[in-house]
Amino acid sequence: MLETPAGPVPRVASPLTARDRLGGYGVRWGIGRMRYTVDPGLYALGQPGAGSPVLVSANYKLSFDSLRAACPGLAAWILVLDTAGVNVWCAAGKGTMGTANLVGALNDRGLRQVVSHRQLILPQLAAPGVSAPQVRRLSGFEVVFGPVMARDLPAFLAAGQEATPAMRHKNFPLAERLALAPVELVIALKYACPAMLLLFLLGGLGHAGGWAAGVWSKGWPTALNLLWAVLAGAVLGPALLPWLPGRAFAAKGLWLGLLAGGLAWLIGRPAPLEGAAWTLMGLGVVSFLVMNFTGASTYTSLSGVKQEMRWAVPVQMACAALGLVSWLASGLWA
Amino acid sequence: MGLRYLRDVTTLSLEAGRCVGCGLCLMVCPQAVLTMAEGKATIADRDACMECGACANNCPTGAISVQAGVGCAQAVINSALGRTTGACCCTLEPRGVPPAGQ
Ligand code: SF4
Ligand code: SF4
Repeated sequence: MLETPAGPVPRVASPLTARDRLGGYGVRWGIGRMRYTVDPGLYALGQPGAGSPVLVSANYKLSFDSLRAACPGLAAWILVLDTAGVNVWCAAGKGTMGTANLVGALNDRGLRQVVSHRQLILPQLAAPGVSAPQVRRLSGFEVVFGPVMARDLPAFLAAGQEATPAMRHKNFPLAERLALAPVELVIALKYACPAMLLLFLLGGLGHAGGWAAGVWSKGWPTALNLLWAVLAGAVLGPALLPWLPGRAFAAKGLWLGLLAGGLAWLIGRPAPLEGAAWTLMGLGVVSFLVMNFTGASTYTSLSGVKQEMRWAVPVQMACAALGLVSWLASGLWA
Repeated sequence: MGLRYLRDVTTLSLEAGRCVGCGLCLMVCPQAVLTMAEGKATIADRDACMECGACANNCPTGAISVQAGVGCAQAVINSALGRTTGACCCTLEPRGVPPAGQ
């Protein structure tokens, strides 16, 4: 605790502990709480004084931790807003990382007594929710938008609060796409597992050798094929995103579905009708999953997503339905 | 890296007559859509706009308008199904209004 004119303020250190890292890893995989939070309020990083900068963050622990970790040796105040445990960008879109919430916190948290200046540094990605002109009008505080990524903050401060164009640009590199893949996979598997079981059991329907034989010879490979489609859509899709043809995510997914279907055909060596059924089901699933990755991506617009969904959702449903029907029929033919 | 989204789809528009050239929109845009030309903001790379709304939200004169939203297929599905809660960004909500009870 650090004593201030507004009462004691909890102190935090810059280096992350093993526990911080483990918790962050769990969140990435969707394990444990979806809401990984810190308490909203004012924190002291290092040994700040009345003239130290005030950094504003969301109460999502990964946002808070990346800010802390980026600033070793920096003395600053961190004002954590209550964003219901949602990260800065999502919360800015939802409005919880927003002007009203920020102005309210400035009044509640006694910041006016703690610092002598009237300036706040916010992550740039808070700007969809926080309006600098309005904050100034409502509270007298000047909002400075810092870099997109917390790791650029020391360089930003050292340059007299000047950001390079690269610091202002939100890109979407491979490492970030891959970090998002586990959660996509876990969510997709929640739906895919029951569907796999169903395909497995249905495989025996009308099989010449009896139900049990069909389950193994037809149901099992088809269930595996679905698992492969899910892996392709949720992991390969994000990884290969820039190299898949097309701009619409659903179109990228169709190409990837063709690729995945071709590989499954080569490896599984199904009968022609069964193979066609696999490919069709795979196209629907992979295209849908890649389309869903629009939400995690950093450059899609709502108008664009609506536009691609208008053609993509019917196509995906038709592929999946046609695939299922021909797969069921392939048993009767055999 | 060649990640570009759909062409000719953004709802972004800029009324040059109301721009006072403060530069705030350029600063907050995460996609480098805007540039400054002769003291006025202009749209330089329209198709890069992701409709995040940061520019319009920060323009002191209301020169920019955009239908802000989150480009998330799951959110579109959720709203079509009438769901109002979901993980992270996955609901469409009126902008600027904190969701009730959160
Ligand atoms: S924020 Fe508004 S007034 Fe300022 S440069 Fe941009 S368009 Fe012009
Ligand atoms: S809406 Fe967002 S991406 Fe589009 S121009 Fe404005 S700040 Fe840039």
